[in-house]
Amino acid sequence: MTTTSKPQVSRRTLLKSAVTAGAALVVGFEVPQIAKADPAKAAVNPFRAWVRIDRAGQVTLISARSEMGQGISSALPMILAEELGVDWKDVRVEQALTDPTLYGDQGTGGSGSVAGSWTPLRQAGAAARVMLIGAAAERWKVSPADCTVRNGYVHHQSDKIAYGDLVESASKRPIPDLATVPLKSPRDFQIVGKPMPRKDIPLKTDGSAQFGIDVRLPGMLYAVVERCPVFGGKVKSFDATKAKALPGVRDVFEIPAVPEGVHSWGGVAVVANTTWIAMQARKQLRIDWDYGPHATESSESLRRQFRRIVDSPCKVVFNTGDADAAISGSPAEKKVEADYELPFQAHATMEPMNCTVHVKPDGAEVWAPAQGPDWVNGVVAQATGLTPDKVKVHTTYMGGGFGRRYQADFAVEAAQIGKKMTGTPVQLVWSREDDMTHDFYRPASYHRVSGAIDSQGNILAWKHRSTSTSIADWWDRKSPPESSELGCTLQMPYIAKNYKLEYLPAQSGVPRAWWRSVEASSIGFVMESYMDELAHAAGADPYEFRIAKLGDGRKIGNPLNPKDTALEADRMKGVLKLAASKAGWGSPLAAGQGRGIACHFSFNSYAANVAEVTVSQGAVKVNRIVSAVDIGIAVNPEGVRAQVESAIVYGLTAALKSQITIQDGRAVESNFNKFPTLAMNETPRLEVYIVPSEVAPTGIGEPGLPPVAPAVMNAIFAATGKRIRRLPVIPSDLV
Amino acid sequence: MPEITFLVNGKSTVVEVSGDTPLLWVLRDTLNLTGTKYGCGIAQCGACTVHIDGQVQRSCVYPVSAVAGKNVTTIEGLSENRTHPLQEAWIAEQVPQCGYCQSGQIMTAAGFLKSNQHPTPDDVDKAMSNNICRCGTAQRIRAAILRAAAAMNGAPGQGQSKATGGEL
Repeated sequence: MTTTSKPQVSRRTLLKSAVTAGAALVVGFEVPQIAKADPAKAAVNPFRAWVRIDRAGQVTLISARSEMGQGISSALPMILAEELGVDWKDVRVEQALTDPTLYGDQGTGGSGSVAGSWTPLRQAGAAARVMLIGAAAERWKVSPADCTVRNGYVHHQSDKIAYGDLVESASKRPIPDLATVPLKSPRDFQIVGKPMPRKDIPLKTDGSAQFGIDVRLPGMLYAVVERCPVFGGKVKSFDATKAKALPGVRDVFEIPAVPEGVHSWGGVAVVANTTWIAMQARKQLRIDWDYGPHATESSESLRRQFRRIVDSPCKVVFNTGDADAAISGSPAEKKVEADYELPFQAHATMEPMNCTVHVKPDGAEVWAPAQGPDWVNGVVAQATGLTPDKVKVHTTYMGGGFGRRYQADFAVEAAQIGKKMTGTPVQLVWSREDDMTHDFYRPASYHRVSGAIDSQGNILAWKHRSTSTSIADWWDRKSPPESSELGCTLQMPYIAKNYKLEYLPAQSGVPRAWWRSVEASSIGFVMESYMDELAHAAGADPYEFRIAKLGDGRKIGNPLNPKDTALEADRMKGVLKLAASKAGWGSPLAAGQGRGIACHFSFNSYAANVAEVTVSQGAVKVNRIVSAVDIGIAVNPEGVRAQVESAIVYGLTAALKSQITIQDGRAVESNFNKFPTLAMNETPRLEVYIVPSEVAPTGIGEPGLPPVAPAVMNAIFAATGKRIRRLPVIPSDLV
Repeated sequence: MPEITFLVNGKSTVVEVSGDTPLLWVLRDTLNLTGTKYGCGIAQCGACTVHIDGQVQRSCVYPVSAVAGKNVTTIEGLSENRTHPLQEAWIAEQVPQCGYCQSGQIMTAAGFLKSNQHPTPDDVDKAMSNNICRCGTAQRIRAAILRAAAAMNGAPGQGQSKATGGEL
């Protein structure tokens, strides 16, 4: 059960002893990012989350991370319980309120919740265990080394004392150095690595889980906002006479755009007694729009721009050897050149954007289904003119995140409306149409890859020139536009003698940002499709070709960001081998069927997929996907499997069915009738296998996605000889 | 505004709203029964599914005037304490991720199992393919419905739960 509260401990007391709160033992975790960035600040803000053990022995984990279906409400207690020596299901998880001074970055994303919590949670659990053992050993006058812990008790021979009875004396003991506190060996794990049920699931079977859109407060009103259909447009003037005349409408007013940092569009807000009345009144608005500078943009105009860009040399981002010379010196039959295209994609979370705000003269309370509640805190403070400490943000369950809920545009709109309605709680609800036509989309991109193989089947040259509607270009012009777009091309896993990367951004008014697996969703498709093309050009089996080109014992760092974790080619081979063996790679298939393989490294995790498809009469049916992942230790294997299944289906929808097209500067697809998703009867048999590991966990919310589209397209090629280079697949590509 | 009277989860309910208001918003905003979800507003996704006189209906396009005198069942009224075989199967198969679509999935499945007590996997696919789940839980939903059907038929041994490492 997730509840909201703040640890009952004053920061001053905490700083003195780091362990206090009278009746409770409280242990915090360090915030390494803050410590690194600013040692002085780290001394003021030593902790990001807390473990509290009270006199009744109740263990509470106050977590700054959000639950969006990725299963952290079980995975995090499992990690803590393992080191602390308690039953994991007795660990209560409380959702922390936002407080940047206490928790640092509270964002949930980048597949980082478990990976980022692993070491601090273990250290906190181990530190508390050491203190509890110390207190018990002192009472018994025995050596701590002779004591053990189990299920909330410290044991010594036949004696045992419950943690709750030790809390008072334990809390007076010095807190061990977290960096050197003894941690369990993975071989001794009793909880981590076992498939455990998710704590939030029962609440999601009877309608009782409260999502952001389910928040109900006494006297609450509902609001919708009419935004300009054209990206970047704004209100010139409006007439709300008819809208205001509808019974139940409480107010109609304009809210301004907040371009800086948030990219909210502004528009005309309608506040009413119910969501439905607000939606109906909105239809009665007469708005004269200034469509702005992007009103003629279309997917076709963008495509023309993309092709113009890649027809000429672009900025060289990375270069080793001389790929151009190697290609031009190769005979035609050894050269492969291919263009790949990917469209904008909407997140289309099942719960549309929404946010509830109650602004009072001296403070504001916010209920936000948000991946970045600390960001919400900041933007609400700014929009209401309050200081951040006067803004209390409750993070609710989220009906899907996938990166969309990392934004704060919906929160700033709610705050603007809430401020106008000061004293009355207001829930801002986006309609599905609002959500789909005002998303921050996965960038559209265009890639021209050329290369050559030599007579022994080695990759002689690989040159990847690409352009896209860069995320960095949109959000943060301080970073080069390519910084958000290149992904694993900067950690080329395969041995290529000459390798060159070129990039230039395209100009577009379409908002874009982080969509599940971000640039890896596009880069994975391009690299793994091209790798397949090279394998076929070399007359090699696509699986064997990959294994051979990964070499032995290779570690590939990121030349532009040397601090990035190196790609270990042997781990990539590990997932390829596991997926291929479980899928029966090489075994015969029926006529019209094909099998394809692909792998990718993202979020420091390794994933490989084998897809089996049937193609007939211009339709593709994916029958089976076998996936293997190496994510280090799988804390909750059942949660890991669920995340990979989810990433596969999300990736299949984007590969086979959905896209956002642009016409007249606006998104064409506005609801699920135009943005089809993979239905149950189209969902293949999904099998997920996990490579056993004893290294620290890495992310799994996203890494299963990038190898989906290329595995399927490679399977289509195996079945039909048709190479699909533009997503999503359309029937005419298959006949 | 007219008064409209109907049963919600067995309880007589009177609302005073415009008759063209979709049942969905009456449930959510007037009656605070928020288990029924808004997903698309055009009967495309199934998140708003309820039963009206035992029939599976999309409440986002069902005007409240048309439920006068009828019996509406929402996810909150499906069972006491999550004891419907589908709810138990949903937990055993660890179906939900974000969970937002699952009320509608369960209500769709509950209506389906009333009309087909011995479904094949293909029957399940056909019945459930108009419900959208962006977390990709379809495979687990299918397994959960088959598990629930077996349980309702008194079949012994439902197989292991997906989470075999411990109980909650």
